[in-house]
Amino acid sequence: MGKRDYSPFGADAKRAVDTGLTAAEWYHTDVPRKVMKDLMARSDGPAIRDTIILYGSMIVLAGIGIALWPSWWSAPFWLAYGVLYGSASDSRWHECSHGTAFRTPWMNNAVYQIASFMIMRNPATWRWSHARHHSETYLVGRDPEIAVMRPPELAKLILNFFGILDVIAFIPRILRNAVSGPTPEERTFVPESEWPKVRRAARIHVAIYGATIALAVWMGSILPLMVIGLPRMYGAWHHIMTGLLQHGGLADNVVDHRLNSRTVLMNPISRFIYWNMNYHVEHHMFPMVPYHALPRLHEIMKPDLPPPNRSIAEAFAEMWPAFKRQILNEDYFLKRDLPPTAKPYREDFHQYVPGMMRPAAAE
Amino acid sequence: MPWIDACATDDVDEEDLIRWDHGTQTFAIFHSPEGEFYATAGRCTHEEVHLCDGLVMGHLIECPKHNGQFDYRTGEAKRTPVCVNLRTFPVKVEGGRVYVEVA
Ligand code: FES
Repeated sequence: MGKRDYSPFGADAKRAVDTGLTAAEWYHTDVPRKVMKDLMARSDGPAIRDTIILYGSMIVLAGIGIALWPSWWSAPFWLAYGVLYGSASDSRWHECSHGTAFRTPWMNNAVYQIASFMIMRNPATWRWSHARHHSETYLVGRDPEIAVMRPPELAKLILNFFGILDVIAFIPRILRNAVSGPTPEERTFVPESEWPKVRRAARIHVAIYGATIALAVWMGSILPLMVIGLPRMYGAWHHIMTGLLQHGGLADNVVDHRLNSRTVLMNPISRFIYWNMNYHVEHHMFPMVPYHALPRLHEIMKPDLPPPNRSIAEAFAEMWPAFKRQILNEDYFLKRDLPPTAKPYREDFHQYVPGMMRPAAAE
Repeated sequence: MPWIDACATDDVDEEDLIRWDHGTQTFAIFHSPEGEFYATAGRCTHEEVHLCDGLVMGHLIECPKHNGQFDYRTGEAKRTPVCVNLRTFPVKVEGGRVYVEVA
């Protein structure tokens, strides 16, 4: 299909609308209604437990880090604190934006606001971009959350393991939001009634960063920034690592999440940090199933899904070479085989995707 | 406006909904925890997603796509991303059947 245009105002965005791709019905695995209702049921228990563990650990780790500062003995504590601040906040932001983590709405909202601050996202903007990411997952020009645009720029991906590009993009955006509300791009997916909220949230974030920087200057030390702000960089690696796996190297412009999303089995610590979003095909197909029910949903859907990657390392070994091939041929993607028990991919849904009609070409 | 026989009361579990199609229109029929029945337009006002796969909690219906929520008794939009209310339709129950006054 030639060079992709990821602009929301570009040719690919227009084509996705004109060809009916944006209005197409997505594939869903059959799950009986009673089972699905049971899976969607909300409860506060698991998320309260996890939130106490998360924020409790952060307080203890930062406390030890501060006590040992400026000795190098504080480093491991900062590294652990950083991952909870700069990576676990991504999954909390994500799950609470869906409103499914807790049963009680104010709890979802409180954790959402805190997590949005830590992960440096405007809470009033990103809620909407994520809604679009779910409606139009990896439709070029339409999905504002495409992590790896083709052809992939590997240097940029590596820089983002330290949050560098995200933070560089965040600073002017939040300042601009604080002054004049959403940017023109953001206005394509945030309804006008919400624009004042974008400005208000930005002003709160800017005020907190301003106070932290002022404290650091007054103390003549970066210590306040080690607690607020910098962990978004030195702790970002885990959420970038898991985030890349969500859709990396897979198809775009399709309407079947089995083709554009990846489920990866992983260790329990990563699953805690990532709040079970490693079950990513399942999450995309049924976003109203809370994180704590995803392992159960995975067992139910397994016969209809490509086999999951068995570890983070195995998934990277699959994805990274695909990125490298996409540098030379941006139409290349990984198309994974379905088990015999699965409903086949509907090739007629995906004629728009080069290679989809000739399965061998994608291998 | 005609009253149309939509379903049996037993067809909808308590605190749940079903999809009901009539002519070119599609509806959602709800059974509240108090045993009352209600009818609304079938599709969410955010995007064209049917509410029939959503979750009913008390008097709220959660859209299965982005968790927009409506009070299905009044159609009022209760949680973003939905901003536009859902259309509601009068309902009566007679002889174990649910009738909807379609417009
Ligand atoms: S389609 Fe219903 S909330 Fe988005």
